[in-house]
Amino acid sequence: MWRIDPLMLRIEMLRADRFWQIVLGSLAGMVAILLCLVLAFLVINAWPALANQGWQRFFLDSSWYPLENQFGLLPMLAASLMAALGAVMLATPLALASAIFINFYASTKVAKRYRQLLGLLAGIPSVVFGLWGLTELVPLIAHWQPPGASLCAAIIILALMILPTCALLSTAAIASLPAHLYSSALALGLSKNTSIVCILLPAARAGIYRSILLSMARALGETMAVLMVAGNVVQWPTHVFNSVRVLPANIALEMAYAGGVHRAGLFASGLLLMLLVLLLSSWAAYHDAKLPT
Amino acid sequence: MTMMMCQLLTGLRVYFQACMARSFAALIWLAVISITLIFVWMLADIIWQGVRGLSWQFLINAPQHAGRSGGIGPIVVATLLILMVALLVSLPLSIACAVWLTDFAPSYNVFARSVRLSLDVLAGVPSIVFGLFGFAFFCVLLKLKFSIISGGLTLACMMLPIMIRIIESGLNALPCDWRQAGAALGISRISVLRYVLLPAAAPAIVVGVILGIGRATAETAALIFTSGYVDRMPHSLMDSGRALSVHIYDLSMNVSGGDQAAYASALVLILLIVMLNGLAVSIADQYFAKKGVLI
Repeated sequence: MWRIDPLMLRIEMLRADRFWQIVLGSLAGMVAILLCLVLAFLVINAWPALANQGWQRFFLDSSWYPLENQFGLLPMLAASLMAALGAVMLATPLALASAIFINFYASTKVAKRYRQLLGLLAGIPSVVFGLWGLTELVPLIAHWQPPGASLCAAIIILALMILPTCALLSTAAIASLPAHLYSSALALGLSKNTSIVCILLPAARAGIYRSILLSMARALGETMAVLMVAGNVVQWPTHVFNSVRVLPANIALEMAYAGGVHRAGLFASGLLLMLLVLLLSSWAAYHDAKLPT
Repeated sequence: MTMMMCQLLTGLRVYFQACMARSFAALIWLAVISITLIFVWMLADIIWQGVRGLSWQFLINAPQHAGRSGGIGPIVVATLLILMVALLVSLPLSIACAVWLTDFAPSYNVFARSVRLSLDVLAGVPSIVFGLFGFAFFCVLLKLKFSIISGGLTLACMMLPIMIRIIESGLNALPCDWRQAGAALGISRISVLRYVLLPAAAPAIVVGVILGIGRATAETAALIFTSGYVDRMPHSLMDSGRALSVHIYDLSMNVSGGDQAAYASALVLILLIVMLNGLAVSIADQYFAKKGVLI
């Protein structure tokens, strides 16, 4: 990446540039302030719930009955984490298989078509995935294990949603490896599959971890698709065919009529969600820093 | 004897390796074929069920019976208006920010580093959190209520990080010589940017816009509490307007017997995204043909 040489800045700037530096800099400052604004508004709006009853209540109360002053988020947090983890566990092997297929097994033409398919799918809105899950997948599961709208449906839909992005990112991570790695592995007499599994995948692991973490963050924050297929009953996810409610879906469902402390509780759960996603994306950024440039 | 054993073992190893290679390849092909089949099933399903409800009348008419019959005319208009507001705000802002980051801010600057950090963080924020923020800030504090303008502004916040990141990388990819040549000729940086760098980075800007539009059009969660549910034709930007994705959500979740219309709307939404992408690409092509900008 090209960066401005520090020495260049010591050259006297033209007057027009000094003017524009201030203008553009303040516009960029607005963007930086946006993050502070988002955080500040979440905290301010969550404050009645956080201050009056203490943040521990969100973890100690047994369940989520905000009208009866019960603010336990743990069942929904567990459901969110399980749905996201399950989706990642389902999608990652398939995404890796796609990445290996594009890079090593497919002809140029087939690889291009497959990549186009993945690109098209990556652009499909989450609400469309939700619609399809609601009308096709949920009845299918209900036929076998009622009620159908369940953690299982949420996991499958989330896996389908994150698969294209995860596959494309992993493909890019493998493609960015130096070409001599593969050819020297072959020259040493390793078979194709051994060199892929034992040499190339480990070499691209930073990029692959990053794609997995980003997909996990996306799965955790996903609202609509999960809302439409998961059944939305607040309970501990004890069984994969039980209905569950995830954190973002809870916000979307109750925001319409919530007031007072209830609304503050919803903002607090939004804050918790944001902190979780931040944790994941900073972990991804850590892997990003380790990537060879 | 030992020789024979060795040969046998080697033979077995080669056979075993061949088996491994074949089953590995088979697994990969199986995974790829099943992915393709599932997605083709899904797309075919949406197209098949969507086409049945799709007609010119559907695109133009107003929804009736909560969307079970009638069309999606006002909803398409509201969606386009929300997109327009979002782009009008986010495109200039993201170009300004990207230009400042690449050409005006020194890389060691603490302020520039904090801008980059906050962009990275913003890119990962879930859309429902942006919805909460947009509701608290635009709808309540700025008193814009549930309106197209507050929905558009919320989407603009969501689009910023991805657009800035892509435009920035496009500007970064341009050769350093051009900037130095400009400086050597005594041309101001802003003129070099205006006449050389930004035209050359136009494809990156277009790609940024495409991805931004893609993210904005697909968005549902951030819009429910900012642009609202009202499915009448919007008369001004201060009116509440229902976006296409919100319409699909509402039809499938809250309206029984709305699946047909939901599928038709989903098909329209996908076609809209594909069309906007095509439009952006063709604009970029024309731009290249006219200016003859070198890549």
